Amino acid sequence: MSLSPARTVLANGAVLLTKPTHTTPAVAISLSLRAGSIADPEELPGMTWLLSRVIDRGTATRSAEDIAEALDNRGITLTMTVTRHLFSIGCTCLADDFEPVLAILGDIVMSPSLPEQEIAIRKGEVVTSIRQDDDNPAIRATEGLMALLYPDGHPYGRRTKGSIAVVERLTRDQLLRLHADRFAPNDLTAVIVGDIEPDRATDVATRVFGGWTKPVPSPIVVPPVAPAVRRRRLVIPMMNKSQADIAYGFTTITRDDPAYYAFWLMNVAFGQYAIGGRLGDSIRERQGMAYYVSSTLDANVIPGPLAIRAGVSPANVDRAVASIDEEIVRLVRDGLTPKEFDESRRYLIGSIPRSLETNAAIANFLQAGEFFGLGLDYDARLPDVLGAVTLDDVHAAARRALDPDRATVVIAGPYGNG
Amino acid sequence: MRATRLDNGLNVLIQEEHTAPLASVWCWYKVGSKDERPGLTGVSHWCEHMNFKGSANIPRDQVKGIIEQYGGTWNGYTWIDQTTYLETATRDALDRMLFIEAERMASCLYHPDDCESERTVIISELQGGENDPDQLLDQELTATAFKAHPYRHPTIGWLPDLQTMTREDLYGYYRRFYVPNNATLVIVGDVDTNAALRRVEHYFGGIQPGATPARLHTSEPEQTGERRLTIRQEGTTAYLKIGYHAPSATDRDFFPLLILDAVLTGAKGLNLWSSFRVPPPQRSARLYLALVERGLASSVSGGLMPTEQPFLYTVSATANEGTSLASVEAALLEALAGVERHGITGPELVKANAQLRARLVFDSDSVTNIAHQLGYYETIASVDFFTTAPARIAAVTLEEVAAAARTVLAPSNRTIGWFEPLPVGSRNLKATEI
Repeated sequence: MSLSPARTVLANGAVLLTKPTHTTPAVAISLSLRAGSIADPEELPGMTWLLSRVIDRGTATRSAEDIAEALDNRGITLTMTVTRHLFSIGCTCLADDFEPVLAILGDIVMSPSLPEQEIAIRKGEVVTSIRQDDDNPAIRATEGLMALLYPDGHPYGRRTKGSIAVVERLTRDQLLRLHADRFAPNDLTAVIVGDIEPDRATDVATRVFGGWTKPVPSPIVVPPVAPAVRRRRLVIPMMNKSQADIAYGFTTITRDDPAYYAFWLMNVAFGQYAIGGRLGDSIRERQGMAYYVSSTLDANVIPGPLAIRAGVSPANVDRAVASIDEEIVRLVRDGLTPKEFDESRRYLIGSIPRSLETNAAIANFLQAGEFFGLGLDYDARLPDVLGAVTLDDVHAAARRALDPDRATVVIAGPYGNG
Repeated sequence: MRATRLDNGLNVLIQEEHTAPLASVWCWYKVGSKDERPGLTGVSHWCEHMNFKGSANIPRDQVKGIIEQYGGTWNGYTWIDQTTYLETATRDALDRMLFIEAERMASCLYHPDDCESERTVIISELQGGENDPDQLLDQELTATAFKAHPYRHPTIGWLPDLQTMTREDLYGYYRRFYVPNNATLVIVGDVDTNAALRRVEHYFGGIQPGATPARLHTSEPEQTGERRLTIRQEGTTAYLKIGYHAPSATDRDFFPLLILDAVLTGAKGLNLWSSFRVPPPQRSARLYLALVERGLASSVSGGLMPTEQPFLYTVSATANEGTSLASVEAALLEALAGVERHGITGPELVKANAQLRARLVFDSDSVTNIAHQLGYYETIASVDFFTTAPARIAAVTLEEVAAAARTVLAPSNRTIGWFEPLPVGSRNLKATEI
């Protein structure tokens, strides 16, 4: 049973993807624009994030209060997400509310008014949020890793929320200009999943977005990144904390690299399967050192990171890092066992129906598929694509991605200066 | 939904949902941190961890992958009233899921080496929580609001107890509470009820019932005056939390208070497992307008959990950079005093109802979530509580909300907690790259 979504491209370039489901009388809406944080001017990191906090606080025809009442009266919360490449607005609404809700979302995306007063209040929230992040070892370790892997102001290495100094001086005119320059129908993908027939969803979405005309934004070129040539270790002392966070990683591959599926399987076996794959077996199950340890792979438009994360007692930091090194050496030297390889692959293939059960999950899957050009039959093809990966492919992926001598290791917490 | 009780006392709830080729199995035990005596705090949660470490017929090294082979996911959680375990996988894994849960109920091993290695894992979990000032404040506020009732200690336990508890403590507790007559098994998904029930009989029918577990019986005395605590630690952000003693799920004031919370901070729904992953619709909520829209706080939230016995209604706020906790508290108490004195308005009642109606639909968007809801409510009250909740919410009147507000929000019923950050000291030296 494949998703087989319907795809329509409007005359202005906007893409509509619709998929009917009937589990609940609800609809998930996901609007994504190719206007993520890479659109931030180099000297103004955090600009897109602030725009995401204020974009839904008034439009040309609706006040912030009107929008708040319209959403609250229907039990709807908007979710704003800013990744490196995408600016996304999503929500789930009752099927009966679909039409007025999409109209509001369209208005927000196309005609935000960004009132000065709203900008001032949201700046206060963002500044507080940055201060909270400053006190969070997990965030400090992860951001520290990204800044080292993608150095010198690279858009993948910058804090998405920016800095307090930049946020405080951003102006309404700058935010309006960012919206004018980067938000355009040609870069919009609207995904609608739920208890609504595709024809009606497409009709409503066409009425909302069909009249939007703007020139195609100039593409943003993300600079290449050089892989690390030596091992690096950064310690961020946070002596007021109980536990230390480790972020250990590498730059890897692009999403369109033919080896992507081998990397995916390798990462699942290494740091995800059951409780954190091989890393979990060693660091949590055998040595009892951490409540959580795992690895994530984020292959992207340029080579994305593979990041290993663990939270450990300060006394165990060195032993945990040494264990990660050992697991990498073992994986690079010996590869996976046939049993591990088979289990990881069966798990990924078998988990497809579960991962596509809810409307919101299907919407996210279709957005990713559209962004990376995976095709409307991607979910149906995926078992065969994974089935074609060999044990040797996964071993080659491990050799290509992992090397303790080129690892970047960041430790944030009560460690190093005690 | 069909409810059946096996001869050994196991309560079984099965609901067919044929929207996806999946099944979700949850096994619920009426045991949580409220059942722990002093010296054994955290034992329920530690047992939960131990119950993933092999059994008589699932060798330790075969736990990993036992459900993943079906593309499945598994998990568990422990809270004040309950401990629960789940698997969600393709429907052909139903037998495997039932086998795992039957093994977990009757024959976990509690190998001494595993108990020891899990001790440090759990202490690591506790320390990770302590890294979050808001979580630390919540823990201390709860311990201050309760003087007698075991809801006062955190589910993860107090550190000294975690350092001293023995394998015998753990295993004895497991044997007392993990009996079929203290459990509810829930199956939701693409299954045939009769066939599923036969498989349940096959796996669980032979498990002997145990003695009805003895319970601690402690009622919290009425609070007679406001309590306060302040945590002063190095940090960057100030947090405020107010806890009010609140009615249990089955109390007549529960649903009026749920409406009141929706008016104050936006409706959350009634699913502990999923509701809180999506923030509530709250931009027109009273406390959001009083704190966030006035630039005093970056966030405000309310928490009313359905619990077996009276727990807390908490309101939490994060002070904006440069705003004193005193001014956040003053604005918050003023807004709360408004509803305490005057109740809510008719339009607010209509809006809260609409929000809760939508959230209850969103709460049940997967076989996993539906199964959670059936088991959760059967464990703390009864499954009828869940099935009748929409009608009972719709029936709440303005007068009932006003009465609940007067009772619950009385100043003498509250505990106010501050996390006041001290400047991060010179011990935090500059980051160093080596």
